[in-house]
Amino acid sequence: MWWRSASFILDNSRNPVNDDVPPDSITISPPPLTDSTAAAAPTLQIPNFNRNMSMSAYYQTRAAHHGVVTSDWLAQAQEAAAATGAVDGQEDGGGGTGGRAFSVIDEFNSWRKQPDLAEAVAAIRALAAVIRNSEANTMMELEIELKKASDSLKSWDTTSISLTAGCDLFMRYVTRTSALEYEEFNSAKCRLIERAEKFGEISCKARRIIAMLSQDFIFDGCTILVHGFSRVVLELLKTAAQNKKLFRVLCTEGRPDRTGLRLSNELAKLDVPVKLLIDSAVAYTMDEVDMVFVGADGVVESGGIINMMGTYQIALVAHSMNKPVYVAAESYKFARLYPLDQKDMSPALRPIDFGVPIPSKVEVETSARDYTPPQYLTLLFTDLGVLTPSVVSDELIQLYL
Amino acid sequence: MDARRGVRAVPKVRQVGFFTANPPPPSRSQSVPADSTSPPLSDSPASGNSLSPVMIPPPRHLSDNLSHLRSAAVPVPDSSSRRPIAGEHVTVVGSYNPPDSVLGEVVSPNFSEDNSEASTTLGWFGKSGSGKFTPGSSFPGGGFDLTTVKSEKFTAKDAKKNTGVPETSGGVAVEAQNDIPSSSKPTKAESKAKPTKAERRALQESQRAAKAAAKGEGNKSAVASGGATSGKPTKQSSQKKDDPLVVSSIVGADKKTGDRSVDKERKKDVPPPRMQFDDKNRVGKAKKRAMFNQTEARNRVELFRHLPQYEHGSQLPHLESKFFQLDSMHPAVYKVGLQYMSGYICGGNARCIAMLQSFQEAIKDYSTPTEKTLVRDLTAKISSYVSFLIECRPLSMSMGNAIRFLKSRIANLPLTLSESEAKAIICKDIDQFIYEKIILADKVIVGHAATKVRDGDVLLTYGSSCVVEMIMLHAHELGKQFRVVVVDSRPKLEGQTLLRRLVAKGLSCTYTHLNAVSYIMHEVTRVFLGASSVLSNGTVYSRVGTACVAMVAHAFRVPVLICCEAYKFHERVQLDSICSNELGDPEAIAKVPGRKDVNYLDDRANKENLQLLNLMYDATPSDYISMIVTDYGMIPPTSVPVIVREYRREHLLIG
Repeated sequence: MWWRSASFILDNSRNPVNDDVPPDSITISPPPLTDSTAAAAPTLQIPNFNRNMSMSAYYQTRAAHHGVVTSDWLAQAQEAAAATGAVDGQEDGGGGTGGRAFSVIDEFNSWRKQPDLAEAVAAIRALAAVIRNSEANTMMELEIELKKASDSLKSWDTTSISLTAGCDLFMRYVTRTSALEYEEFNSAKCRLIERAEKFGEISCKARRIIAMLSQDFIFDGCTILVHGFSRVVLELLKTAAQNKKLFRVLCTEGRPDRTGLRLSNELAKLDVPVKLLIDSAVAYTMDEVDMVFVGADGVVESGGIINMMGTYQIALVAHSMNKPVYVAAESYKFARLYPLDQKDMSPALRPIDFGVPIPSKVEVETSARDYTPPQYLTLLFTDLGVLTPSVVSDELIQLYL
Repeated sequence: MDARRGVRAVPKVRQVGFFTANPPPPSRSQSVPADSTSPPLSDSPASGNSLSPVMIPPPRHLSDNLSHLRSAAVPVPDSSSRRPIAGEHVTVVGSYNPPDSVLGEVVSPNFSEDNSEASTTLGWFGKSGSGKFTPGSSFPGGGFDLTTVKSEKFTAKDAKKNTGVPETSGGVAVEAQNDIPSSSKPTKAESKAKPTKAERRALQESQRAAKAAAKGEGNKSAVASGGATSGKPTKQSSQKKDDPLVVSSIVGADKKTGDRSVDKERKKDVPPPRMQFDDKNRVGKAKKRAMFNQTEARNRVELFRHLPQYEHGSQLPHLESKFFQLDSMHPAVYKVGLQYMSGYICGGNARCIAMLQSFQEAIKDYSTPTEKTLVRDLTAKISSYVSFLIECRPLSMSMGNAIRFLKSRIANLPLTLSESEAKAIICKDIDQFIYEKIILADKVIVGHAATKVRDGDVLLTYGSSCVVEMIMLHAHELGKQFRVVVVDSRPKLEGQTLLRRLVAKGLSCTYTHLNAVSYIMHEVTRVFLGASSVLSNGTVYSRVGTACVAMVAHAFRVPVLICCEAYKFHERVQLDSICSNELGDPEAIAKVPGRKDVNYLDDRANKENLQLLNLMYDATPSDYISMIVTDYGMIPPTSVPVIVREYRREHLLIG
């Protein structure tokens, strides 16, 4: 803040200390890390994934799925993969799954290669595989084993909200379902695995439910602004097109991974009139927009969403022009997080290709997503129904308390 | 839930409070009294005790006429005129009424005392804004206290009826009553015009008779029949023809009994509204029961007349001197009461823990009297303790919750237990409550909130909240680099104690007063505030000034975090700071200790056109709050009702 008052002189003496912490090694360095471990004690050099790889695993998967990959990105991804591989080995050595060849992370990685599978579903399938491979004899043992697996999974990619939420959800099911306690161990195990297998279906079904719920909100002749590529939003628009609704879609470009391009391709196949915008043209076109549809990486406890970079500013513009902002998200993306502001999350990083070399002195903001506070959102379409943002917390409390 | 804290009946509270809290300013509208000798007939119902023309006061005991008379007769605000009367009242009734004294006995001296009408009725409705209200349950006699509580309830209800609020549950009796007050009103006014000694005598007799009848009813009122209610109206009308004088009181008595059955049922789910201190009937009743020397507060601010007035300073030595007379009060409770009053114990958690521990002591020393069950008698005992503590200082909502918990635990004790077992169980429950709901809850809150402190943050706090202090110390122990801005305000300057402890632990602090909050807010990144209570619409009820800090923070887009244990959540909805609040010592804001040069108000404190308002709490609207940190995690203010619901369910499970 440039208007800092005199008492802030105190801060200046501290700043150099902070700057020393992240070594100035790569051109696309992460911004001065805000999470506590990095700046608190340089001596505590625990392998922090955010620092080792400049792209979060979540976005790697997405990039692979979308097939829009730059050469720069590939190199980064390989580097990151090497880094994570090393870490994997480390973790398995110390972790609970150590004795065996089975690794929950490998399992998870193999599941998430499937393009249509949501991250949370992959996580739950991976946990199901843990159960299947488990040699535990009691429910308690199994629970401990699962807990370890889900913890290692969560710490493997701290940036993915739906991975965390999926793990939490499944753990919650295992620990809190009272029906399991009265059952014989093997049948309880079977039931858990069955439940995990079903979860994929549930996730697909959730998308269909959301698509059906949202149809009432799409009227003939409306113009919809879409940001980012969200499978739910695509499903929703697809259903609307199938229902012979007449509408127009404006797609933002979605730099840097150009997710908007991909969505516009999909929509063009459905014969929906699409217009592509560059990300900075949102305010320019907002007055012809009737509603904004976005997906969500995660829905947090305040009712706000964490989504691809740019969602916040679109929501702000829409709010100032009194346009409704609708969020389509499955309920397994509800996470027990409560960011207070933009920097209050573990940052998910993503390299940005500017097409020209960037001087090493210039810092690049590589955060991949932002937080949209609930007051800028109109409604959330979830498989639990159409919710106002404040209901999210109620659902979460009921789920986790 | 003790009888007093009628928190759920909010509409009722508001209605009563606002009817009586909005009189036309007496000094202006009645600066030239029409006729100071005779009671004004025409305008008295409208202007007297701030009752609108539509709303006719309950005609039972002429108390409203009394106030008409008084406020109209004296050109200055009624406060000055009230003072001598109250003093007079004190001398007559005596300040110390043992809780088991019968109401009638206390009353009788008044009638012989003076022959002015005002003081005649004073015995029944000793008028004092400062009167503390003791719930009926402080009386050992079970049947008896019912009558008092009911009759107090009745006034509120009657008022509502007369304004045309449809009252469905009253049944036949209520319908009949709806028109009776209006018709009996003029007759009463006539009788007021020329009170002869004989008439007064008759009135007294009738009142006494009504009282006795009511008492009789009350004793057997556990299953007050609907038949009795339907019988009343006919009786009323017949009597009304006979004797216009007696009518008013008898009608009142009848209504009391008639309403009782209805009230009885309702009381089970809706607690009675909280005490309104401008409601003279109830204040008078309460005052007789109180063990305090009631003094009259001066120069009360219009909007806040319904609140108990501050009088602690003058009470303390008086109460201390009575230490050895109070046979019914346990010494531990007594001690805590005095500590509340002197301000030695303050802060929501400290007060709650002190109260619970004193109850624990009392329960340990408790033995069930013969022919009584532990469950009933102990509950009554606790209620009497609570009413004593309320006299010392109004309870906070968190303490209300704790008392509710304790009572539900006592009520749910199995009857088969022996006394010692039961006592042990309750003591254990209290310990558990203190540990789980306060100490452990604080730890959880600290853990949650510390995750929101980042390096380089500047945290602002207001006043002195022990949870916030723990959060800051914990974050400091975690090695986070942050600065603290402690904002403080007169007259309590609680922030200085916090500042002292923080500085001693090596945190870098900035200290400023509330006046500078808009300047300092530029550099703040997080605002941490404590709360006395969080209401179910997300409103935060906290130390006065909190709302101001939160508003400024909101304007600067600084996140405001409220740290509050879930046992302080309350299902009430409150929109402003007026309905329920606490008044502090007005002297504290008028005088600046240690500053001889600031003496501008020294000789003005007793002026009638100066009113000093020292509020203790205010309500922060939920818009200004980004997050509430509780033992259930971090929640948005919109989710408070969910927690309240869950919390109550948990209570039920335990209790």
